[in-house]
Parts: sequence; structure tokens; C-alpha cells
Amino acid sequence: MEIFQTIANMTGAALAQHVANGISLGSLYALIAIGYTMVYGILLMINFAHGDIVMMACYFAYFGIAVFNLPWYITVVVTVVLTALLGALIERTAYRPLRDAPKNSVLISAIGASFLLENLANYLFSGRPKRFPRIPILEQNVSLGSVQIQVISFVIPVVTILGLLILLHIVNHTKTGMAMRAVSKDYEIARVMGINIDNVISATFMIGSALAAVGAFMWGVKYPGITPMMGVMPGLKCFIAAVIGGIGNIKGAVLGGFILGMGEIMIVAFFPQLSGYRDAFAFIVLIVILFYKPTGLMGEKLMEKV
Amino acid sequence: MAKKQKLILTILLLIVLFALSWVVNIAMDSYVRRIINLCLIYAIIGLSMNVTNGFTGQFALGQAGFMALGAYVVGVFTVPVKLRASVFYAVPMNPLIANIQLPVWAALIGGGILAAFVAFLIGAPVLRLKGDYLAIATLGFSEIIRIVITNASSFTNGALGIKDIPTLNDTRYIFVATAITFIFISLLINSSYGRAFKAIREDEIAAEAMGIDLYKHKCLAFMISAFFAGIGGGLYAMLLGTVDPKNFLFTLTYNFLLIIVLGGMGSITGSMLGAIVVTAGLEYLRVFDEPLELFGVNIPLFRPGFRMVIFSILLMICVLFWRHGIMGTKEFTWDGAREFVKHPLRMFHRKGVA
Amino acid sequence: MDVLRTDGITMQFGGVRAVSDLKLNIQEGEIVALIGPNGAGKTTVFNMVTGVYKPTSGNIFYTKETGKEVNITGKKPSDIAKLGIARTFQNIRLFKDLTVYENVLIAKHLHLKSDFLSATLHLPWYMKEENNDKKEVEELLKSVNLWDIREEKSSSLPYGQQRRLEIVRALATSPKVLLLDEPAAGMNPNETEDLTGFIKEIHDKFKLTVFMIEHHMDLVMDISDCIYVLDFGENIAKGTPDEIQSNDRVIQAYLGVDEDA
Repeated sequence: MEIFQTIANMTGAALAQHVANGISLGSLYALIAIGYTMVYGILLMINFAHGDIVMMACYFAYFGIAVFNLPWYITVVVTVVLTALLGALIERTAYRPLRDAPKNSVLISAIGASFLLENLANYLFSGRPKRFPRIPILEQNVSLGSVQIQVISFVIPVVTILGLLILLHIVNHTKTGMAMRAVSKDYEIARVMGINIDNVISATFMIGSALAAVGAFMWGVKYPGITPMMGVMPGLKCFIAAVIGGIGNIKGAVLGGFILGMGEIMIVAFFPQLSGYRDAFAFIVLIVILFYKPTGLMGEKLMEKV
Repeated sequence: MAKKQKLILTILLLIVLFALSWVVNIAMDSYVRRIINLCLIYAIIGLSMNVTNGFTGQFALGQAGFMALGAYVVGVFTVPVKLRASVFYAVPMNPLIANIQLPVWAALIGGGILAAFVAFLIGAPVLRLKGDYLAIATLGFSEIIRIVITNASSFTNGALGIKDIPTLNDTRYIFVATAITFIFISLLINSSYGRAFKAIREDEIAAEAMGIDLYKHKCLAFMISAFFAGIGGGLYAMLLGTVDPKNFLFTLTYNFLLIIVLGGMGSITGSMLGAIVVTAGLEYLRVFDEPLELFGVNIPLFRPGFRMVIFSILLMICVLFWRHGIMGTKEFTWDGAREFVKHPLRMFHRKGVA
Repeated sequence: MDVLRTDGITMQFGGVRAVSDLKLNIQEGEIVALIGPNGAGKTTVFNMVTGVYKPTSGNIFYTKETGKEVNITGKKPSDIAKLGIARTFQNIRLFKDLTVYENVLIAKHLHLKSDFLSATLHLPWYMKEENNDKKEVEELLKSVNLWDIREEKSSSLPYGQQRRLEIVRALATSPKVLLLDEPAAGMNPNETEDLTGFIKEIHDKFKLTVFMIEHHMDLVMDISDCIYVLDFGENIAKGTPDEIQSNDRVIQAYLGVDEDA
């Protein structure tokens, strides 16, 4: 078997490197997937533009550091705020007017919003890739025995876990969180009970986009080439991650993100001849999951009332 | 109007249009011809997408992938054998197919059949899904097709693409292909199977209770849609003379989405109109990509990329404010046309209600 | 002879037993009612019989035209419809954007013999079938007074007409057994009386077996040959209208039990 040969030839250092990469990518997917799962939980729609929000966040960070010469930690804050506002703006203009429209119209509008962001970025920032600014403190290497690992590879999972904890706190222990849970359980009842649905939805988009912005910043440090289309593939994969975990379930999205991130890195590591099919991996996992467990690994069972 | 009269009128219209395509072919330069041909090809693919999305109510986004299959069958099998070594210069063509050259029409139909067959394979897992899940899964498969094409270099020449495909920038042939597609899909929609498709769109549970096998009919619609998308893709390859995996990014599917949304989901004549408006519109929007000087001042907005921004804004406006598109689920009919000629204003009165 | 029978079907949703060990014996030509308080599991019974749900345990048998009994447990809804069991829904499920005529014509599709290509190309043998179907639909619509409104969008009809159309659509599949899920729901006494007459009429005319869920007791007692009473998924009584009306458990289930008594 070729695979055993590959593993046998792999040094411990290389393996550790792959695992670290897998954890980083998985964490980034998880952060972005949370945004999908939250919006789906409440509006039952794919926010197709979420991946492009990640892309915009990367450009915000790029301009903050490279053009306005802000220190990187301030740029993070600015990026998060701007991205959250962008998320809310998209919801306000592209989704809210269609609240009572057929689902397909909302889906088309979401696709339209995504397409618009891509074209806008292409027009404003040009289609040529830009190099995400270097942040030496995050990019330096740490030696663990014979293994060299970038600081960012440690920062990413830590930040992800921190973000997840804060989010779970908001969802489970604050009033806004309670309203979110109510709306996702039963939209109509929540409305009748006097919850301001529009505010809850705006908050959901802002939180999801803010997490995406954090993810985007770290993405930029780890994978520095940014282009207007960079959000598309991660966006699709993170939606798939959310579906794998069970859409609407935040922990499930994180789990799904890790499965995809790890899986992708390991495929490239152990089956180098398949590396061209790396992007197909997520879609294949999606089909398999939907076939055997359509509600995802941690999702609740839904049944259509007849 | 009597049925017979309408049929005669329709046939007359087709003959007139065909004559027109003849004229276009002789009188127009190759640039205009290319735009008109692209309109016709996009109409085929728009119609094909309407079968699943408009009539059967299944929101599939795989058109770009099926087009790619059709385009590559044409690309791989119609490049003259003696030119193949120069086309496949990086990785030699697989000896299994290196000496097979098909006539254009056979490759075109073969591409459609391959696309339909792949749709059949994909259909089993995918068509159990609904709404967004179906959209994402079909989009995913469209990407997988593209990724496979990119990687199967000995068959497809990988990322380099295939050039030297015999070109066909002849409006007459493309018009005939579009007309056949149009007639076939019109007949289909007006048959018992077409009604079953619509029943599925309206209410899957009720349709099933009326004895309509959901999977079988969805799969049928999906395969027909893929078949014509494959044909459209093949014609597209011949129009360009080259194919490249990058031509078939899933964003290409958005063009057809706009066509059917603008024309009206579930309207065949709407798709035709949509195809013309979108393709011609995209072409005319090119002025936005050119620098513009007004009164000696250079308007800074006008530079490459602006066209697509406008295009996507139009798509958004169309969805947000004009959800039913030009035709809604209605069709152009001779009776309707007569009404319109007699009372041109009444149309707009009724529209206000919808 | 039983046209439809079950040997103790049970439907379990997670920890909830919606229907437990229900035995049905429905004779050919009968009008049978299934009654019970809300949430008793009545619609679940229909959903099992028509294949929407597969029973957790137990089997459902149906006697075909040929007199052969087949097990239909867990078959696809479309296959069950083809065998001759048609249904309506509690919350009307018409093809809303389509006309009255199209709604009924669609119900003819399940018996279509022509394949897809001959249908699309409108080949002669398909056209023969199509014209035949259209003639039958015309007759049917005329006989139930819906012919004049055939071009109306089904969702634009008044509520009572929609209910009636849904029944007619089910009839168009030429069923042997017709399942009606609360056909009189939301109707006033006058409309209910009309409906009662209508059900009787189609029952006689098309030699149907009717199995219905209904809350209007006047209607149920008036036309049923046999009544099943369901309470919390249990079949607590079965019998003729007279027997049911005097059954203590039924009265208790409907009125509640006075614990002190």
C-alpha cells in the first residue's frame, strides 16, 4: 500500500507540521462556518455572501495596515467593526425586503449579493492578488524540538476557542441570545411574543460577520494572497462544514469546520497525487453526510408536517 | 383564434426568423454575429435551466458543469487528429481516444448525452435534497466536474485548455439548434410529463399522493436540463474555438440564473427574452468598462470591472423589485399578442395587480 | 371482503407513540369514519396507509382489483396511489398556481402508458391517451359542477370549492379507496350538509370505499357504516354509529373523565 509507504517515510516533524496546519485551517473554517449556521438557524437561508464578507474583511485589514499604516491590533478592531456593519448592511438591503417572499427569491438575492460584492471588489481593488501585510510577531517561527511552527498556527485555534466561548455565552446567557434562540425555534411565535425580529436578525448578522472578520484576519496572515474571488471556495466549504455539523448548531459548525480542515490537509499530505482534488473533498463529504444523516452530525431531526 | 391558425402563425414566425438568421449570417460582421449567436446559445441554456428551476421547482445550480461536459466532448473529439499533438503538447493525449475524431453533430449530441448521463448519476444522491441544499450540492458537483476536467490532463489537456476546435460562428445552424430546443421544451411542458413537473413544483407531497413518482420525474427533468446545457456548452465551445476549465466556473451559472429570473421562472418565451436582454445587455454594458470623457473631463467611474458591478446591481434590483420578471409564469400567446395590439394599455393595468 | 386492513400498526416518533397496535378492517364499498380528539393520531394513520410514513411495526394490506391481496407497508406514496388509494389533506394541498382543470388533469398522469419521448413528441398513441384523459376530466368536472370555473386558478376559489376540488382531483386518479382527511373542516352546517350529499353521491357513483377523518358528528353519524375511535393512539372503540354513540369510553374520551366519580 502506497499510503503506508507515505506515512512511513514521513518524519515526525512533517507529521506535526501537517497536524498544526490541519488545526489552523479547521479553526478558520469553524469561525466562518459559525456565521452560516447562525443565519441559517434563524432565517433558514444560506447567506451566500458570507464568504465574500470574509474577502471584504481581508481587504479592510489590508487597507488598514498597508494604506493607512494602522498598527495591526487596531486594524483588527476596525476590521471587525466594519465587517459587522457590512454584514448588517447586506441583511438590511438584500434580505430584509424579501422576508415574506418565496424561499427561492431569497436564495437568488443572496447569490446576487455575493456576486455584487465580488464584482465590487474586483472593480475597486482590481483583480490582481494583493499581498496581505506582514505581521512579523505572528509570522515568526517557534521551535518545538525539531519542528518549526509559526506563531499564527497557535494563535488561530486559541482565538477560535475564545470566540466560540464568547459566542456561546452570548447565545446562552444574554437577552439577545435568548431572543435569537427563540426566533430560531419558532419565528412566528417569537414575533407574536413581541421580540423585535429585525433587531435579532441584524444582531445575528453582525455577530456572524464579526467572527468572520476575525477569521479573515488570521486567514490573511496564514494565506497571504488576497483576491476578490478568495472568499468563494472557503465560503462554500464553510457552509458545508455547517451542514456536516448539523445546520443551526454552533458547536456542530465548529466540529464540521475541523473535520473539513483536517481532512483537506491530510489528503494533500498522505495522497499527494490527489492534491488536485482537494477542493472536491468538501463536496464529497457533503453528499455522503446528506445521504446518510441529512440533519448533520449534531442536528435535530426535522419532519415536514403533512 | 383557432388552434390551426395559431400553429400556422407559429410556423410562419419560425420561417421568418430562420430567414432572418440567414440574413444576419450574410449581412452582419463577425462581431455582431458572435453576439447574436451567443444570445441564441444562452437561450438554449436558459431554457434548459428553466426546466428544473422554473417548471419543476428544483433550485439546481449545475448548468456550468453540464456545459463544461458538452464543451469538452466537442473539444476533445472534434480537434483534427493531426493537430492534436500540438494541442496536447504538455501531456500527450490518451491513446484510447487520440485517434477518434467525430463529426461535429455527433460530438454535440454525444456531449448532451454525457451531460444527461452524469446528471443521472448525480441525481440519485442530490435530488433528495431541497432548496438551498440542492443549490449548494449541484453547485458543488459543477465544481467537481471542473476539477476533474482540470486534472484529467491526458483527456482534457488540463488547465491549458483545448484550442483549434473547428469554429462555428454561423447563425443559421445555431438558430436551428435553438429552435429545436425551444420546440422540444415547449412540447414537453405541454405534455403530461410537463404537467407532472409543475405539480412537483407546486406541492411535492400532493404530487406524490396523486401517483407522481417524485424521484423519477425530478431525475427526468434534471437529465433533460443537463442534456440541453451540454448541447449549449458544445455550441459555446465551437463559438469560441477554445475551451478552458476557467470558462466554466460556477459563476457562469449566474448568467443563466439572471436570464430565467429576468424572463420569468417557468416561462419558456420569458427565457428567450431573458437570454436576449441579458446577453445583449452584457455586451452593451461594455461601454462602462471603457474610459469615458464628458465635456473634456474623464469620468473616473468608467474603468474595467464597472460593467460587472452594474450587471450584479441589475440582478439585485430585478430580484428585489421585480420578482416575477418579464413574463412571470405566463407565456407569449397569439391571443395575448392580439389583445395587446388591440388594447396596448390594458396589459399594464393587469400587471399592476400582480 | 376487506379492501384495506392492517394487522396492528404502530407508529413511534421518538418517545411518542402516535398510533399503537391499530387493527383496521375496511370492507369494500363501506364508508368508514375515523374519529377521535385532536392529537389522537388520526392523520398519522392516513399517512401510514398512503406511504408518507412507514409504520414502526405492523403491516398494511390492500386488495387489488384482481382480488389479490398485497402488502403495501412502506411502499412509496406514488405506488400506493397507483394501486388505487387516493387521499385529500387536512390543510388543503392543491396545486395553487395551476388552474382547476390542470389540477384534475394532473391526476390522470399516473395511469399514463406512453413513455416520456412519445409524450413530448406528441406521437399518435400519446395523443390518443391524452385526448381520452381530457374527455374523462371534462365529464368529471361537468358532473361536479366545476366545469364552468375550469380556467380559474385553484387558489382563487372559495374555501368550500377548494375542498371539493381536492376531492375531485383525488377521484380523477380512479381510486378504489378514497381517504378524506377532515373534508368538512371549517365548513358551516349548510356547507357540511352539501358535502355529506356529495360524498354519498360519489360513493355510489364511483363504487368507492370511503375512509374519512371527521369532527362533524352529524356528518359522521349520517353516512358511516362503521366508525373507529382513536384516543391517544389507541383504538378505544369500533362499531356502527349507534354503538359508538352509546359507548362509555368514547363519551369519556370526548368529554373527559371525572376522576372523583
